[in-house]
Amino acid sequence: MIQYIWLVPLFPLLGVVINGLFGRQYIKEKAHWVAIPATALSFLVALGVFFEVVAGKTLNWDLYTWVAVGDFTATLGFLVDPLSAVMMLVVTFVGFLIHVYSIGYMHGDSGYYRFFAYMNLFMFSMLTLVLANNYFLMFLGWEGVGLCSYLLIGFWFEKKSAADAGKKAFVVNRVGDAGFLLGLLLIWSSFGSLRFSEVFEAAGQTLEVGSTLATAITLLLFLGAVGKSAQLPLYVWLPDAMEGPTPVSALIHAATMVTAGVYMVARSNPLYNLAPLSMDVVAWVGALTAVFAASIALTQNDIKRVIAYSTISQLGYMFLAAGVGAYASGIFHLATHAFFKALLFLGAGSVIHALRGEQDIRRMGGLLPHMKITGYTFLIAALANAGIPPFAGFFSKDEILFAAISSGRPFSFYLWALGALGAFGTAFYMFRLFFLTFTGESRVDRHVAHHLHESPPNMAIPLAILGLFSVIAGFAGFPPEKGLYHRFVAPVFEGGHNLEKAAHAPAPPEALMAFISVLIAASGIVTAYLFYLRRRELPDRLAQRFHGFYQLLFNKYWVDELYQAIFVDFGKWLCHRLWGFDDRVVDGAVNGSSWLTIAFSWGSDWYDLRIVDGVVNRIADVIQGGSQVFKRAQTGLIQNYILAMALGIFAIVTIYLFL
Amino acid sequence: MSIELPVFYFLAAITIGAALIVVLGRNIVHCAFSLVLAFFGVAGLYVLLDAEFLAAVQVLIYVGGITILLLFAIMLTSRASGPGVRILNEQLGLSALIAGGLFFLLIYALWKGIPALAIKVPTQANVPTIGRVLMTSYVLPFEVASVLLLAALVGALILARKEKD
Amino acid sequence: MITLSHYLALGAILFIIGMFGVLTRRNAIGILMSIELMLNAVNLNFVAFSRYLPPGALTGQVFAIFVITVAAAEAAVGLAIVLGLFRNFRTVNVDEINLMKW
Repeated sequence: MIQYIWLVPLFPLLGVVINGLFGRQYIKEKAHWVAIPATALSFLVALGVFFEVVAGKTLNWDLYTWVAVGDFTATLGFLVDPLSAVMMLVVTFVGFLIHVYSIGYMHGDSGYYRFFAYMNLFMFSMLTLVLANNYFLMFLGWEGVGLCSYLLIGFWFEKKSAADAGKKAFVVNRVGDAGFLLGLLLIWSSFGSLRFSEVFEAAGQTLEVGSTLATAITLLLFLGAVGKSAQLPLYVWLPDAMEGPTPVSALIHAATMVTAGVYMVARSNPLYNLAPLSMDVVAWVGALTAVFAASIALTQNDIKRVIAYSTISQLGYMFLAAGVGAYASGIFHLATHAFFKALLFLGAGSVIHALRGEQDIRRMGGLLPHMKITGYTFLIAALANAGIPPFAGFFSKDEILFAAISSGRPFSFYLWALGALGAFGTAFYMFRLFFLTFTGESRVDRHVAHHLHESPPNMAIPLAILGLFSVIAGFAGFPPEKGLYHRFVAPVFEGGHNLEKAAHAPAPPEALMAFISVLIAASGIVTAYLFYLRRRELPDRLAQRFHGFYQLLFNKYWVDELYQAIFVDFGKWLCHRLWGFDDRVVDGAVNGSSWLTIAFSWGSDWYDLRIVDGVVNRIADVIQGGSQVFKRAQTGLIQNYILAMALGIFAIVTIYLFL
Repeated sequence: MSIELPVFYFLAAITIGAALIVVLGRNIVHCAFSLVLAFFGVAGLYVLLDAEFLAAVQVLIYVGGITILLLFAIMLTSRASGPGVRILNEQLGLSALIAGGLFFLLIYALWKGIPALAIKVPTQANVPTIGRVLMTSYVLPFEVASVLLLAALVGALILARKEKD
Repeated sequence: MITLSHYLALGAILFIIGMFGVLTRRNAIGILMSIELMLNAVNLNFVAFSRYLPPGALTGQVFAIFVITVAAAEAAVGLAIVLGLFRNFRTVNVDEINLMKW
């Protein structure tokens, strides 16, 4: 089965080709009959491969040499090990469910076939990224998912805000990708290869722990991850990305693409283990992002934006885990997060669908009786996200917090404290969202309220399945650090574990820490209950009281405005200055030189006409005279020509025989 | 001394005689019929060379196909050519000279270069063998030949069709 | 005893007759017939070589079959061209057709 790994990305690619070529004219509203079997087959193959990996097989296989220039070779090659197997399974499974959901959600859209073609293209790119066995191919997939993200955010491109959001995502991602690319070039020039296995081996042999080169490479790579995974300070594109259709938000901007950065850092763990400074940067950026995004999520009123900030925050946790060397925990959180965050988005989509496009939670409320499946699955996801046992998020998040405090790095307690603060915020905003949307009195517009309905089965069933996994996925990692999942992925992160073990500091007992984190989450939920169900006036009073702070959060720390001022407005001002310089100095010089050139041209013109052309014309005359004579040979009679041919044969045979 | 040699000379005489009529004959229809005779002569020589299959093919395609085609073309195009009309063109002398020169060269090469082999190589029954060889070693040329025939068919149709006005 | 040289000589004679025809006949159909004679001469050589030279793998005969195929195609296209010529010039005498003159 494992040798059929190439089928996994191939099926979605076929889907792209078929829908892309024939969608517009022939397939149209039947596009899902192409796209869904493609993802389903891909998932089935992935499942088969996964079980072989569980049985202990791995694969590092070059399918085809793609580019070979000098010493540089880039291959299309697959690396299948527990890490990529987990990612592949999550991507294909969640992707498949979201495809099914999209049938209902995108029903009747004029770009139906286009949507499924892009989604399949995304699946293909993401699987390329995950299954690549070298940085070059990974970069290809990396850019591919970026492109799909751009296309899908701007899917409704006739809407200006959507088109702008797509552009913003693309531009901000470029900043990160520039870092990633520089990192790749540095790897190439240092180790002469981009294959994971060769790079890691060379790095382990030649570099010392803490060397400048390792730090530089890992920081550059991390810059790429920051852009792709929406961490501070490049997170600004993700909230705007919610302009895209909701299944896109679920698949790309929650479950899979944004986690590519985490995957890349985890994949590069042998490099990061050599650079403690980079590890600290990763951990701190992650922890700060977790708190920062959670605090913004507290005050937002758009249902999708709250979940988007929540995604940024959860990605921060994953980086926190990676930064303290607990890569396995980071990837574990990635997997569980994929389930419950996709579920949250799909649930939100279901609500928006039922409310005819309404996204403001101030105009929702009391939806639970009308939408049972959506409501309860949303509750499950909220509990999972908040970190309440036994839901999936609890196991992974608790593990990260424990890893943070027990890592033995400097200031590890503060990392834990930031994580815990974020956890409180998470529980609070998740339940603020749940209470305001599904419980309490209805604030729904009266015209819409008549038509409230549960979503059709092809939307509800994926919700139910994701809900199931949001409950049970966590048990794969139980007990902490020794569960099924950890034993499975351990080989990939062996080096890191040794390092971690060596630095193990005395840590508080695990059970106690788990208890504390549950307590924090529960208190967040209780606070939300108090604020939004019991005493509705409290939030407003609080907002009045801490007016400045509230405004700061509500306006998202004015980061967008700050970026606008620094990068856009200042950039424009600078451009105007430069344009002025261009206009006067550079153009002046150019115009002056053009006068000189014209004068010189008059001179050459005379020379050209008289001398150069003169010679050419004389030669032409001679040739013309000669051809007047020789053209007589062309009689136009075919037998004359054949006679000449026979004469030629005669001559050749004579030469052959007698000379 | 077997009967083969006389038979060979007989067939050769028929072939050469018929060929001369083809080239020099005044009436083009007579030329076509003597071409048939020449083809039969060559077919007979094939039999003498133990190539019965080729002999059959020769008769089928040349006599049955190509000659009929020629006759149709003659019927569609020819105008009566009276006794005064030249049938050969003006470069007769030069052509005869070059043809004669080439003939001399060929015979010279034959005399100098090729031993008078008389022993025939033992062969198997040639029909099944040819069939097998065509479908194995020569399958690619065989397929190409089929494409060629298709192209000739289409080309002939397009060329001979009356242009629409 | 018939030797290989007998056949080769006969092939040479046939070829030269055909060639002479190609060079001198005015009638385009006559030229085509002469070409068929030349092709037959070549085929005769092929078959004779195949019969007399080891190994007797019938390669010569197979080639003769291909030559016959090409001859058939050539005859079809050639005669179609002749018909086209006749339609446009009302003649099939090639020495009256010299449109491709300087």
